[in-house]
Amino acid sequence: MHELGIVFYIIRDVKKVAEENALKRVVSVVMDIGEVSTIVPEYLTDCWRWAADKEEILKGCQLEINTIPAVTHCDDCGKEYPTVAHGKICPHCGSTRTWLLHGREVEIREIIVPNN
Amino acid sequence: MCNHGIHIMEEVKVIEIKKSIFEDNDRDADNLRADLKKRGVYLLNLMSAPGSGKTTTLIHTINRLKDKIRISVMEADIDSDVDAIKIKEATGVESIQLHTGGMCHLDAEMTRQGLDNVSIDNTDLVILENVGNLVCPAEFDTGAVRNAMILSVPEGHDKPLKYPLMFSVCDVVVINKIDVMPYFDFDLDKCKEYIHMRNPKATVIPVCAKTGEGIDQFAEWLLNEVRNWQNK
Repeated sequence: MHELGIVFYIIRDVKKVAEENALKRVVSVVMDIGEVSTIVPEYLTDCWRWAADKEEILKGCQLEINTIPAVTHCDDCGKEYPTVAHGKICPHCGSTRTWLLHGREVEIREIIVPNN
Repeated sequence: MCNHGIHIMEEVKVIEIKKSIFEDNDRDADNLRADLKKRGVYLLNLMSAPGSGKTTTLIHTINRLKDKIRISVMEADIDSDVDAIKIKEATGVESIQLHTGGMCHLDAEMTRQGLDNVSIDNTDLVILENVGNLVCPAEFDTGAVRNAMILSVPEGHDKPLKYPLMFSVCDVVVINKIDVMPYFDFDLDKCKEYIHMRNPKATVIPVCAKTGEGIDQFAEWLLNEVRNWQNK
């Protein structure tokens, strides 16, 4: 359900770009999705197929997902570490004064359209 | 896959977008907050898991505040209007039901549309009871002045670890059903510690909506918030 809502936002934004550029068709949409964005990529592509095919300019349009690794920064030792493996606690110094640097992105990176 | 092959054969071009899908919603939410500020209306976004006691907590809180400030409630659910009716019957304040049409959260535009159905010029406080869900509502700014959430004892004290985003966006966390704490392995101190790991500034208020314990404190927090918003 969450992913379907996200798909509706993607469709809205892509349709806006299509309108501004007078596009008749979009071949694929490339997304940057952070590892800890709470989005399940498989659900997102399933929801995409269902919803995109209902839109004339998005029929058959592929959704490509780039996963952005989650990285956390530690304020105490200044180092960075992979969030998924270590969570909130810095594996270098044990501090909990840490914050997420990357990994929550839900961004439309680009769209690919016929060149005519 | 077949289609994909065809696409590679034809000439294509790339249009770079680089846009977060939350960007438009964040802007709508800021606009809504500015509009509410002008009108002197405070909007509270109340979130929680299903069954945490949001509606019961609201009823007791509203009954303590309704003689001091004018209150309206917007109940958001995927379907049904049982909560809106319950609030109206138990408190007498204006209460409307919003249906999200299958969506698991409300965004700023849906909130604005809901507010169009509330007597906005005759109210000081609008409480939005968001869809029962700890994931999606945290992602979408509704345009509320503050976010509040209710965590109930049976859900466990480790919820802030499992749903970090929800706890990091909430300004106040109400811990409900504290009367049943002896029957669950719920550690209130640990819970507070975990909440503050996510958001050091969060106010934590333990309550029991059934007996009314702690509700005064939540009502007072809310009243101060509304008065500050209207006076600043």
